[in-house]
Amino acid sequence: MHKRVTFDTKLLPYLLLAPQLFVTIAFFIWPSAQAVWQSFVLEDAFGGNTQFLCSGLLADPLGGEAWQRCFRHFDRLLSDPGYWHSARLTLVFSLLVATVGLALALLLAVMADRTLRGATLYKTFLIWPYAVAPAVAGVLFGFMFNPRVGVLAYMLSGLGIEWNHQIDGTQALWLVILAACWNQISYNFIFFLAGLQSIPKSLIEAAAIDGAGPGRRFWTIIFPLLSPTGFFLLVVNIIYAFFGTFGIVDALTQGGPGQATEILVYKVYKDGFRGQDFSGSAAQSTILMMIVIALTVVQFRFIERRVHY
Amino acid sequence: MVENRPWLTVLAHAVLIVGLVVIAFPVWITFVASTHDSATMLRPPVPLLPGGHMFENYAKVLSEGFAQASRTPLWRVLANSLIMALGVSLGKIAISLIAAYAIVYFRFPLRMTAFWMIFITLMLPIEVRIVPTYDVVANFGMLNSYSGLIVPLIASATATFLFRQFFLSVPDELTEAARVDGAGPTRFFVDILLPMSRTSIAALFVIQFIYGWNQYLWPLLVTTEESFYTVIMTLTRQANVVDGVPQWNLIMTVGMLAMLPPVLVVVLMQRQFVRGLVETEK
Repeated sequence: MHKRVTFDTKLLPYLLLAPQLFVTIAFFIWPSAQAVWQSFVLEDAFGGNTQFLCSGLLADPLGGEAWQRCFRHFDRLLSDPGYWHSARLTLVFSLLVATVGLALALLLAVMADRTLRGATLYKTFLIWPYAVAPAVAGVLFGFMFNPRVGVLAYMLSGLGIEWNHQIDGTQALWLVILAACWNQISYNFIFFLAGLQSIPKSLIEAAAIDGAGPGRRFWTIIFPLLSPTGFFLLVVNIIYAFFGTFGIVDALTQGGPGQATEILVYKVYKDGFRGQDFSGSAAQSTILMMIVIALTVVQFRFIERRVHY
Repeated sequence: MVENRPWLTVLAHAVLIVGLVVIAFPVWITFVASTHDSATMLRPPVPLLPGGHMFENYAKVLSEGFAQASRTPLWRVLANSLIMALGVSLGKIAISLIAAYAIVYFRFPLRMTAFWMIFITLMLPIEVRIVPTYDVVANFGMLNSYSGLIVPLIASATATFLFRQFFLSVPDELTEAARVDGAGPTRFFVDILLPMSRTSIAALFVIQFIYGWNQYLWPLLVTTEESFYTVIMTLTRQANVVDGVPQWNLIMTVGMLAMLPPVLVVVLMQRQFVRGLVETEK
């Protein structure tokens, strides 16, 4: 973890670390601690008096009432059907974004890998959507599917499908999923292509000599060998769908119509920043923090696995 | 290729070309929309081929902004985005380089504590701590300023890890030789380590430039004055105008200009981009 040969200046390392640690503490750790703290205190309307809700636990650690008081904000949040709707929605949304996005990227990567020399050329044309901001992707898709002037909405109405994601919640959700997949496809493609190119050609050739056709080779050799990359990408995509899609939702639907696309990240922004419900938003932040910590731990375990393959 | 199956090769190219077209379609439509006048854009069906108003639209947006809604010329907004993207990417690289240097090349108390504190930032995306982070920035008096847009984003665990990984791969003999020749820690860093890190810095720059340019939630929170808006914010604001008829030709012109710089960076620095993407994930 460190070098055999090191310098023994006393003050310098602290000076070198100071800027990074200052930003980390002031803008990351301190606000996060604040969010957790705020989800356990009661604040009066003017922010003058704050009261720690869990102090009763010291006197009566087994009392149900003391626990209830301590987790009061969480209790309120978790008994709100709107929150559960948002949580379920986020789960469905992120699974769809991950599976649809991964399937399409895998298809393209397998095809690009087949074309040998073409792979580099196709890669150039497939990697740039990564550079488009999620919010811009939201505006682009909103324009194409705009019920009044959108090209694709017009084509769909020619096919007899009335498209209006500003009214229809299901259509709005599919549109957000589509924009999210589009935005993420280059990332998935790059990793799948790298994974495919690292599979030894001798394995594939051996299978071919034994009489396995392209389909059989894909399912029995390539797909299993690609699974570490796939698992890794699955986690990254779920993290992206949870936290990276705020811009898409804000630009495209703003959580609507109704609450049809109000994923957790959008809800925490709406309740906390627009709705000024600080303790509720703090409790939401605390829950999101636990989710992202869990996902990061999973991600790091899979990365360790990836190195061993 | 293992065996010659022409129909499979044809299929592969066909699938890829369809994929390319589908993926490029939204941007093509945006480009086409940015070359027509606003009357054409309000009469469905919207054209699929470019029109003749391209220079007019771009010149108008860049120099005057939107006629009624926002009078800030877009070049100023683009300059804000550029300042933010460069500030974030260069800031991240600078403070991560020296932090990684401290962690790898020095032994001091609390070294591991510092390491884990930096690691924790990976698990705390801005989306989970919106309100308290806003409060901190407000308390520092950094709302509506470039420092407020940039500084809170420049802590980077991924960049620190990347440089740490690279420094660990630098042979110890090099450090020994430098010390024998009388180089102190500063000299060694500036004259030897920094030039050796060029490729890592370039790879990281591409990724972080895109990250900085594409920030959306953060500028939305800390800027209320139009003179500090970024181009992405301007775009979504105009696209979601509630009152009045949206001027799609101008909105999509802004869309093109919002996409162009990061897309150019990716396409022109493709090798560094792929390298950065793969390495920051380790």
